[in-house]
Amino acid sequence: MPLYYDDDQTMLAETASQFMAEEGSIKNQLRHWRDRNCKDGFGHGLWQQFAEMGFTGMLVDEDDGGLGMGQVEANIVLEEIGRNLTPSPFLSSSVLAATALKHGSNDVKGRWLPDLISGEKVYAAAIDEGRKHRPEKIACKAEKSGNGFKLTGKKDFVVYGASAEMIVVAARTSGDDSDADGLTLFAVPQDASGMSHDSVRLVDSSMASHVTFDGVELDGDAVIGEVDGGREVLNAMLMAGRVGSAAEGVGVARGAMDMTVDYIKQRKQFGKIIGEFQALQHRASHLYSEVEIARAVTVKAAQLVDAGSEKADLMTSVAKAKVAKVAGLAVREGVQMHGGIGMTDEYDIGLYMKRDRALQEFLGDQYYHAGRVADLMGY
Amino acid sequence: MSASDLEAFRAETRDWLEANCPPEMRKPVESEDDVYWGGRNATFKNDAQKAWFEACRDKGYTVPAWPKEYGGAGLTPAQAKVLREEMATIGARPPLSSFGIWMLGPALLHFGTEGQKQRFLNEIARGEIRWCQGYSEPGSGSDLVSLQTFGEDKGDHWVVNGQKIWTSYADKADWIFCLVRTDKSNKYQGITFMLYDMASEGVSTKPILLISGNSPFCETFFDDVKVPKSYGEDVPAQVGEINRGWDVAKYLLGHEREMISGADGGNTGTIGAALTRANGEVDPVLRAELAQFDVDALAYGAMGEKFLDEIKVGKAHPAQPNMMKYAGTELNKRRHELMMAAGGSHALEWESEETSGGKPSRNWLRTKANSIEGGTSEVMLNVISKRILDLPGA
Repeated sequence: MPLYYDDDQTMLAETASQFMAEEGSIKNQLRHWRDRNCKDGFGHGLWQQFAEMGFTGMLVDEDDGGLGMGQVEANIVLEEIGRNLTPSPFLSSSVLAATALKHGSNDVKGRWLPDLISGEKVYAAAIDEGRKHRPEKIACKAEKSGNGFKLTGKKDFVVYGASAEMIVVAARTSGDDSDADGLTLFAVPQDASGMSHDSVRLVDSSMASHVTFDGVELDGDAVIGEVDGGREVLNAMLMAGRVGSAAEGVGVARGAMDMTVDYIKQRKQFGKIIGEFQALQHRASHLYSEVEIARAVTVKAAQLVDAGSEKADLMTSVAKAKVAKVAGLAVREGVQMHGGIGMTDEYDIGLYMKRDRALQEFLGDQYYHAGRVADLMGY
Repeated sequence: MSASDLEAFRAETRDWLEANCPPEMRKPVESEDDVYWGGRNATFKNDAQKAWFEACRDKGYTVPAWPKEYGGAGLTPAQAKVLREEMATIGARPPLSSFGIWMLGPALLHFGTEGQKQRFLNEIARGEIRWCQGYSEPGSGSDLVSLQTFGEDKGDHWVVNGQKIWTSYADKADWIFCLVRTDKSNKYQGITFMLYDMASEGVSTKPILLISGNSPFCETFFDDVKVPKSYGEDVPAQVGEINRGWDVAKYLLGHEREMISGADGGNTGTIGAALTRANGEVDPVLRAELAQFDVDALAYGAMGEKFLDEIKVGKAHPAQPNMMKYAGTELNKRRHELMMAAGGSHALEWESEETSGGKPSRNWLRTKANSIEGGTSEVMLNVISKRILDLPGA
């Protein structure tokens, strides 16, 4: 498969690009909701439009009412989300939760998927425990209780958790904290008694929850996939979420770079356009080169995920690590090259820096994933 | 060509390689004389090298994608890729290496007359003439277009005077393709891309000893060298038009940058696993550096794949080879820095048998030229600034 978009994908990219630039723009969404101190951190109106565009259920199988598209297509939407810093539960609901629900029984799918596709409800995913992403270790416990389970423990960095009508929770049903096996995924509804949210605003104005489960009673039909067989589902979620957040990071990097290159073509100092200075030209060109590479490896990883390749896991970590390095460079260079106004809230470049910071941490930062690359390659 | 035809070609190729590639030619190249360059004075290291070269020459496999009438095998891009893959699978060495294949050939295919193609391409494909490239001059490195080697028009010939530098293997080459100024009043449209015999009177060469201890490059001097304007019917001595050699040179520089960038897969190798296997446990901070390198190498590998895919269908930005050259050469320099670090004192050995005569350190030093030759990294960044980012005054 060639490493560029086919005709359908090119068309989707054009549609998504136009839609996000108009409806999902920084002015219309990020600043709008941030300045109103919105508790959700995103606009439900825009989410309805996502549904009308067919984005919400794009990863859901056609048999289940979705569009049956792949990771490459989801990534196309995510790259545009990144370029426009569009706040939305797309990554949480339409990528992470949708990927988990693929593994659910028909009952589970029937209960949750229609509202996900229609945009009626949004879902979240609770994976991390603690400040860093360490999914190898899951301590959150779900003990057998009658016909169901009793869930106890804490989850962190549950993005848009407080707005979610359902949270996919990875919990331990057997074994020790660090065991690969013994995990089970649960669909925990918003009104489950014993679940409480400590919802906090993050640096990028998105919302995330510390979620506490204090003996939450769940029916047996809350289980997604097999009891004790959750690791496989979790890995599929992680792969989709990681390569997806890499795509969003590519968008953030491109957005920041484009804005910065435009700026240095206009700003004058010492009687010259600052883009004439070689010191800036070389840094901008180096950045361009890195962004191209980050974009290529992200498309490659998404193609491998769609193909079910055994290299998909490795290349997903490569993409996540590479994009984190490059997007970090893009936003730092962006603020620096903007000079003083880059530090002001009025200018958008700082918003890119903030979003990048949050995205870096999401599902593993560059250090986690570079280390993972070494592990997977056997050193 | 259908997928099944391509698979049939693969099976056929596998059989042919099995029958024709001697076992000795399936081992990695260890030293300079393992590479066969052809030419008037070429000698074979052994019978296996000779047999392998001759089998490929007769099959058109020294230049598989060139048309049959010019000595190639006329393979389609897909077939050529299959041949490359099958050769890589058995570790087959290239049967013939030459600047004729890599550089002059593509220029002739693009700009040459039919007569030039018939003569020179066949000579290259058959390994009869070894070419060298006369581009850089002592005063014209990155600023190549300022070159001053001058060809004075004498009617049916030019008289060439001047000096070239960094001419690869000029002391072993038979002919040179050379950028010569033929109009001093026009900087860009005053250069002619000339072809002439290195045995001509007035040509002399002097090898340059490099920090690696090797001398792959020469200084080349032209002292009243008489270059005829024609070598026969439809075989002019210049490629393209007189005074329009810069167009040819620019085209070739793109080719050269692509080649040095290693975009074809020669430059995507990861090193962490191999180095820790070979050298035992490494310091944790070095392991982290190796992991960061492998991330960058695998990502660059994907970029190379994308670049080649896009080139095939004309989607790549025309200045993209400059970006590939920049990123690929900087990556390769970093690779060899890390290989030296992981290798420790073993990698310092300059002549020992264990290091095949100082391969690690000599290769490490050699890579420092990667970001200089064929346009420095700084020039690549200038080109990206101007042609891709459209920055003012670049």
